[in-house]
Amino acid sequence: MLESNKDSAKLDAMKRIVGMIAKGKNASELFPAVVKNVASKNIEIKKLVYVYLVRYAEEQQDLALLSISTFQRALKDPNQLIRASALRVLSSIRVPIIVPIMMLAIKEASADLSPYVRKNAAHAIQKLYSLDPEQKEMLIEVIEKLLKDKSTLVAGSVVMAFEEVCPDRIDLIHKNYRKLCNLLVDVEEWGQVVIIHMLTRYARTQFVSPWKEDDGLEDNEKNFYESDDEQKEKTDKRKKTYAMDPDHRLLIRNTKPLLQSRNAAVVMAVAQLYWHIAPKSETGIISKSLVRLLRSNREVQYIVLQNIATMSIQRKGMFEPYLKSFYVRSTDPTMIKTLKLEILTNLANEANISTLLREFQTYVKSQDKQFAAATIQTIGRCATNISEVTDTCLNGLVCLLSNRDEIVVAESVVVIKKLLQMQPAQHGEIIKHMAKLLDSITVPVARASILWLIGENCERVPKIAPDVLRKMAKSFTSEDDLVKLQILNLGAKLYLTNSKQTKLLTQYILNLGKYDQNYDIRDRTRFIRQLIVPNEKSGALSKYAKKIFLAQKPAPLLESPFKDRDHFQLGTLSHTLNTKATGYLELSNWPEVAPDPSVRNVEVIELAKEWTPVGKAKKENSAKKFYSESEEDEDSSDSSSDSESGSGSESGERGESGEEGDSSEDSSSGQESESGSESGVEDERTAKRNSKPKGKSDSEDGEKENEKSKTSDSSNAESSSIEESSSDSESESDSESETESRRVTKEKGKKTKQDRNPLTKDVSLLDLDDFNPVSTPVALPTPALSPSLIADLEGLNLSTSSSVISVTAPVFVPMKTHVLLHRMSGKGLAANYYFPRQPCIFGDKMVSVQITLNNTTDQKIENIHIGGKKLPIGMQMHVFNPIDSLEPEGSITVSMGIDFCDSTQTASFQLCTKDDCFNVNIQPPVGELLLPVAMSEKDFKKEQGMLTGMNETSTVIITAPQNFTSSVILQKVVNVANVGAVPSGQDNIHRFAAKTVHSGSLMLVTVELKEGSTAQLIINTEKTVIGSVLLRELKPVLSQG
Amino acid sequence: MIHSLFLINCSGDIFLEKHWKSVVSQSVCDYFFEAQEKAADVENVPPVISTPHHYLISIYRDKLFFVSVIQTEVPPLFVIEFLHRVADTFQDYFGECSEAAIKDNVVIVYELLEEMLDNGFPLATESNILKELIKPPTILRSVVNSITGSSNVGDTLPTGQLSNIPWRRAGVKYTNNEAYFDVIEEIDAIIDKSGSTVFAEIQGVIDACIKLSGMPDLSLSFMNPRLLDDVSFHPCIRFKRWESERVLSFIPPDGNFRLISYRVSSQNLVAIPVYVKHNISFKENSSCGRFDITIGPKQNMGKTIEGITVTVHMPKVVLNMNLTPTQGSYTFDPVTKVLTWDVGKITPQKLPSLKGLVNLQSGAPKPEENPSLNIQFKIQQLAISGLKVNRLDMYGEKYKPFKGVKYVTKAGKFQVRT
Repeated sequence: MLESNKDSAKLDAMKRIVGMIAKGKNASELFPAVVKNVASKNIEIKKLVYVYLVRYAEEQQDLALLSISTFQRALKDPNQLIRASALRVLSSIRVPIIVPIMMLAIKEASADLSPYVRKNAAHAIQKLYSLDPEQKEMLIEVIEKLLKDKSTLVAGSVVMAFEEVCPDRIDLIHKNYRKLCNLLVDVEEWGQVVIIHMLTRYARTQFVSPWKEDDGLEDNEKNFYESDDEQKEKTDKRKKTYAMDPDHRLLIRNTKPLLQSRNAAVVMAVAQLYWHIAPKSETGIISKSLVRLLRSNREVQYIVLQNIATMSIQRKGMFEPYLKSFYVRSTDPTMIKTLKLEILTNLANEANISTLLREFQTYVKSQDKQFAAATIQTIGRCATNISEVTDTCLNGLVCLLSNRDEIVVAESVVVIKKLLQMQPAQHGEIIKHMAKLLDSITVPVARASILWLIGENCERVPKIAPDVLRKMAKSFTSEDDLVKLQILNLGAKLYLTNSKQTKLLTQYILNLGKYDQNYDIRDRTRFIRQLIVPNEKSGALSKYAKKIFLAQKPAPLLESPFKDRDHFQLGTLSHTLNTKATGYLELSNWPEVAPDPSVRNVEVIELAKEWTPVGKAKKENSAKKFYSESEEDEDSSDSSSDSESGSGSESGERGESGEEGDSSEDSSSGQESESGSESGVEDERTAKRNSKPKGKSDSEDGEKENEKSKTSDSSNAESSSIEESSSDSESESDSESETESRRVTKEKGKKTKQDRNPLTKDVSLLDLDDFNPVSTPVALPTPALSPSLIADLEGLNLSTSSSVISVTAPVFVPMKTHVLLHRMSGKGLAANYYFPRQPCIFGDKMVSVQITLNNTTDQKIENIHIGGKKLPIGMQMHVFNPIDSLEPEGSITVSMGIDFCDSTQTASFQLCTKDDCFNVNIQPPVGELLLPVAMSEKDFKKEQGMLTGMNETSTVIITAPQNFTSSVILQKVVNVANVGAVPSGQDNIHRFAAKTVHSGSLMLVTVELKEGSTAQLIINTEKTVIGSVLLRELKPVLSQG
Repeated sequence: MIHSLFLINCSGDIFLEKHWKSVVSQSVCDYFFEAQEKAADVENVPPVISTPHHYLISIYRDKLFFVSVIQTEVPPLFVIEFLHRVADTFQDYFGECSEAAIKDNVVIVYELLEEMLDNGFPLATESNILKELIKPPTILRSVVNSITGSSNVGDTLPTGQLSNIPWRRAGVKYTNNEAYFDVIEEIDAIIDKSGSTVFAEIQGVIDACIKLSGMPDLSLSFMNPRLLDDVSFHPCIRFKRWESERVLSFIPPDGNFRLISYRVSSQNLVAIPVYVKHNISFKENSSCGRFDITIGPKQNMGKTIEGITVTVHMPKVVLNMNLTPTQGSYTFDPVTKVLTWDVGKITPQKLPSLKGLVNLQSGAPKPEENPSLNIQFKIQQLAISGLKVNRLDMYGEKYKPFKGVKYVTKAGKFQVRT
């Protein structure tokens, strides 16, 4: 039928095949016939073929390849849904040969304009990773890119991919942390669960513990988290200074609404987040929501109750108000009943024990005997935990001994045994009663318990004990092993205390034991005989036999079976199973000192405001944003005016207002660029409104209101949510206009792409050697590119307006700091600086410098600012904002920009505090006056050819050959100078390129390895002075061993 | 995350399997069967089972087991919640979630599962989106399809999935625009022997049936929103509005959905609308016992109580029951030992009662405990907590919708211990 021309017949056939797959029958022999239909026009046939293909592709790899060209075509389809599903199926075909094709498809899809396609790309990452873990590095790059995505659709999936592929790369999260927090509410529910779990782990590594304040109040908690006294001291110390990181607070605040989710998994995820990272005083709010989940299905109840059980061990107070919600109904399944019982036990205290015991009485009579037995154990635990009720419980349990059900009685006996062991005082009566029971009870554990009790207390019941032994001797052979052992014990004990009456009896038992089938019993028999029966061989031990057998035994602790679960993260599979599941990620302990919080800052520094503790990261981020824009838009040169970047900076601003907290109001007045972006937003919005054909007065009013409140209301979360809601109400028209504007951008992008095309060809020509066609049977619309080539292409995409000189990220940032002001000469104020090698945000001719200020005194240093500057002609300096005050032991990093005019002249200025002024100066190493650029080898050669003659300086280096590996050279060169490596076709030539910061002249460094441990170092540049200085600096470094 | 899904019926046949990653052999279910055997009762099968290479997470719904295979750490609730969502979707599509319905619609089931999960991660779970992707089967459509050969797979992309409101499909059109809300409250209670309340609370839900064209923006306000103590929302509700104004503001999904579920704050005393007089006793050393229960109204706020059903799980030693009801009818299943008494309405003039003898297994000891009574009832036009909807406003569309609110109070887990 599959060969039929009619779609309906094909469809019918496919349906039958899918039916077979569903039943688990093998349908693989139909593969060739089915695959033919992959290009069918009928969408249902197509989907069913996809289902089939994904199921059997792994088994029929060669044939599966036939279908791949179809998908590749579909990847270029204008319909986003088709692109997405093509990617989905392509990535689901688990055939290793197509890994490069998949990789390429993922890379393309991750830059797709449709968030839906990007979401699928995120899913595909995981699939590719499981197919070929070697792609990890490349995939991480894609993840990094997707993490920056602002669409709620993508967030959940990419975090999932992150968790799967590189959960340890926490550094990728930093910059996206705030965005994720803010988007969280709008992400679809499944994504929320994953993100919350990830953020919990993140928070545990990045913030200090908020748990100090109630240390003293709840001892048991402290014991768990901070085990030794030393730490306690530390925490005490920290207690004084602790203030919650605003980001930490942001996470806690933004997850709170999700407690209200209808999805149990989300609620549980938030609950565990609160449990693990919120201050203890705030954890209480989760209990209400968790109790609500108890209304849900049996399975949900089961998991939630398990988690509550763990929580209730540590913090009783949380669930005490809901005690009655844990009362057991006779219709609950047994596993739910036992869990509820467990929680009730944990919650029991002096105040509620009487109510609870009354409740337990009902349970004990339950028809579910397993549950009744569990209740008895529970009563035992309550009795041990709360000494006031021990006697009551004991009496109650003794009453139960007359119960008709054997399991109940047996359980009571065991529990009574444990209770008596704790207070062995006058309970002779009970023991006698139990001895009588021995005739009727058949459950081995109970019999053994009774025998043990009698043995322990044989001196208190001198008459009964030998009699019991007599009875037992009679039935010895038919007893359970457990009971036999106890009979032997009882015999031994009686032999020692009352040998006159029981000597023969014991010996008889020992004889029986000697020929028992069980080796444990034979063993025990032999041991006891040697120990208690005096003969000439028996050594010193037999003297102590009495001490050995009748020693005081410590009472057992009746503990919760949930005691040891708390080291697993709540809500995880591992917690449920109480074993470490595959792929479980430990929740780390709180760090002693919080890592630098500034790594999470994302936005452009704004000047008009008072300082915030931001440092290098801010610069990095600004740089990052710069790149990401150019990456996405592919035309960074003049993108600032189009709507795309407008919306980008809008959200940037939103995030900023979050960071600034109350002060976002003023921020807009500050910078030009910022107000520019604002107006962009405004424009866009008006455009939206215009594009909406029939503006409803209501919604428009609402919108205006929103806008008003946006400007007046400063709290970030508020405004962002309103933003959301306003876009909600007009989303249709919204999305239209958006897509329109996107289209425009796309076209622009295309143009620039075309411009760059010839260049692309060059590269592929050069790299032709690496190029190996991957899947021969397929006629590819796009050539399968080798990974290295893709990387090259990526590098090109980064390029700015000029096709040759494009600034790239620094290869390496040395953390070498220089002293600006020593603390001795600075009266306690110490200052260090270093070069973060980032493009300076204050001006593109400036070198950015990070200054770290430390207050080593015990007083505040106030008003730190830069005073008089003494700069050589032409040199400019952008100072940091005055710092109001610096706490004792405090440290702060500020950044400044200095235009050194491409010279190594010193910039001198005064660093002033409220009281003093210190003269300091910064002299840049020549290597820091450069910015790395990316260029192809061909361009390099071309440029080098133009910079010969007097523009070229060179020298010969002699050093050991082991220093001539490319990595060593790269390491050494980038350590000295901020240059970028140029891909080289020859092994013995290493090329580096950079441009000077001020004038932008090229600086080309070539290291050519020669025979016999010599090398030639050549520098080509217009700036010959710098060139020769650099040569001088590089030479000793390279010749060092 | 989720590797594979097996559907297993009560008799232990695997009648459907679906794999999202590599194929996992059916034999993995043996571990599940083992656990099932151990648990004896279907209710007691542990939801999470660990096997040497996989973890099995299962739910039990409508006499079917949904067993999912997991390979790595995942929040178990995530999987459980998802499996329930799958079952809900089947229910939604086929009217019931039964073996027969699934077998009849294998292809649709497969298509659904394919859309709901990608590589084990949920993709589209909103029923509005799914219905746009894959149209639910109706008799008319299947006839049409077989004639015209058209498919029931949507060929347009669901715009909802790409928009900010993934729960609503675009281009909804109705000639009659209606919005109905059902406020349903359930009383959970445990009443002890003497008739005093051990535990009682009110749980409520508001189910909505919205058939409105376009993109309506609704806001629903209550007379007494303070009553609601703990609320969980459908994702469409704007949380901020609720926080600040206690107003439910939302763009609804199309069709039936659960808007909110709530719990009434525990400070409020719960009015228990019925009382039960009972006298159940088993005589020592004889093979019979007495059984006598009477139900009466209490604090019913002037409304009739209807649909009363009493279910009793009798002890195992009970062989048979010989009873006479003054009203309604009763059945006793000697295998499961479940007594069901369908009472109907209560009329205060004549209280319904059920009296008679219980036959016990001869020679067996008399049961320790009297069985507890599970009671179901329904009160129309009343929300027992006193919750009242104030008004419903619609923005964003011009037409005037029909609006309606219905109140019902039901017994939830209402148990009387005897």
